[in-house]
Amino acid sequence: MATVPWDGAIPELLREHLGAAVLDTHLYVDQPCAVLSLAAMLPGLELLHAEANFDYLVDITAVDYPKRECRFDLVYIVYSHSRNQRVRLKAQVPANQKPLSAVPIFLGANWLEREVFDMYGIEFAGHPNLTRILMPDEWAGFPLRKDYGITQMDNTWVQNNLGIESGQ
Amino acid sequence: MTSIDSNELVLNMGPQHPSTHGVLRIVLKLDGERVKSTECIIGYLHRGVEKIAENRTYVQFAPYVDRMDYLAAVSNGLGYCLAVEKLMHSVAPPRAQAVRVILTELNRIASHLLWLGTHALDIGAITPLFYTLREREEVLKIFENYCGARLTTHAFRIGGLQYELYEGFEQQVNMFCDQFLGKVDEYEELLSGNRIWRERLRGVGVLDADTCKRYGVTGPMLRAAGVPWDLRKAQPYSGYEQYEFDVPTRASGDTLDRYFVRLEEMRQSVRIVRQAVANIPAGPIMAKIAKVIKPPVGEAYVSIEAPKGELGYFIVSDGTTHPYRLRVRPPSFVNLQALDHMAKGALVADVVAIIGTIDIVLGEVDR
Repeated sequence: MATVPWDGAIPELLREHLGAAVLDTHLYVDQPCAVLSLAAMLPGLELLHAEANFDYLVDITAVDYPKRECRFDLVYIVYSHSRNQRVRLKAQVPANQKPLSAVPIFLGANWLEREVFDMYGIEFAGHPNLTRILMPDEWAGFPLRKDYGITQMDNTWVQNNLGIESGQ
Repeated sequence: MTSIDSNELVLNMGPQHPSTHGVLRIVLKLDGERVKSTECIIGYLHRGVEKIAENRTYVQFAPYVDRMDYLAAVSNGLGYCLAVEKLMHSVAPPRAQAVRVILTELNRIASHLLWLGTHALDIGAITPLFYTLREREEVLKIFENYCGARLTTHAFRIGGLQYELYEGFEQQVNMFCDQFLGKVDEYEELLSGNRIWRERLRGVGVLDADTCKRYGVTGPMLRAAGVPWDLRKAQPYSGYEQYEFDVPTRASGDTLDRYFVRLEEMRQSVRIVRQAVANIPAGPIMAKIAKVIKPPVGEAYVSIEAPKGELGYFIVSDGTTHPYRLRVRPPSFVNLQALDHMAKGALVADVVAIIGTIDIVLGEVDR
């Protein structure tokens, strides 16, 4: 099964307001996904929240493609209670650009963005408290990046804090 | 140097504290007995589950999901299997779906029972814990008979079920259902009319519907605020559309309401289990699925109504045997974020009740 174009009210709304920043809208396994430019991501979320009743931010996450020019994909999943519809928004993160924090729209974005920062090192501009959330604050490295090995760890941290040579 | 506010007291609660339900640490800023702000420090149980997933095959990773919300391992497994099946464009056969529903609902009951027992214990009512563990034991025995494990069950397989039902499964499940509803009434007798219990919970940790949505809070917490939203109804999966059940809601979104919602959910689960067990279709338990799981290139997000809220799996497949990226959207993690809102202005003693009412499992918060 291949992706099919996604048409309808939501893609139209996005295109009408964001124009060329909407790079693609498609369905895969019946799940709608819109690919935006990073600059259009927050306006897009705001638009869906205000105009289309997408009142629940389900998740924010990232995917690492180390060989690509824009290394990370940022993925937002939003849901509308009144429409009973879930939509995924994706954007590539260029190296010199920081995504804007979605906290002003969705309070729940706070920890989700912190986790993305913790795991990938993607910094969100305007986040109220962008610190590590699952890893220790002083940890060096971003574990979910593809170039971070499965057994790799911050040995300095381990030696300083756990009093052992290595966690391995 | 900034001046120090002499009225503020900083209190560390946890990570080793019996009422934080695991290794949760909360930094409480207090003004006398009142909480000014809270900060959750989490990650003590972080095992890098999402990283592990990228280094395992789809089949190898399946047992790991049981170890996130270990009180509802069956739900975790169901969500994972459904997500991989979505990517494989395959659907479990009707017989497998019915058995999945039965076990998942039994697991919901087990999860709510442990919540009820420990929550009551936190509040100071010791007795319910012994009763709830007694009933939970019956559920765990069914799991044990079915797949040999009690907690980390790994009950399902991608494409269906690993095991056929055992002899006497239906009878055992029906027997449990028959006696269980009376037990729920007994819990109610112990707690619902108990003045201390009511006074202790009413108006504590209020979270209205709007705030729930802004935080992304789901599950019983959202329903206690009056939103009849349940993924089993909103976007049915695994054949839930065939069963009759109600989505219990309450209006005021406080700790007492969340207690009533969870109690009623257990009754509704019994209703679903009864319907499902009376009508388990015959047929195969596994879909025709390749021995080597290699989903085509693509991505999907699949979520289910876990006992604690929306549990989602976002999987990116690059066409190999390993997930390129596997993200777990844990209900506990997202719901815990609302703690600060609920605890602000509350008494220190109420923080214990508020942590309990969120129903978190740290294995899932930290992953």
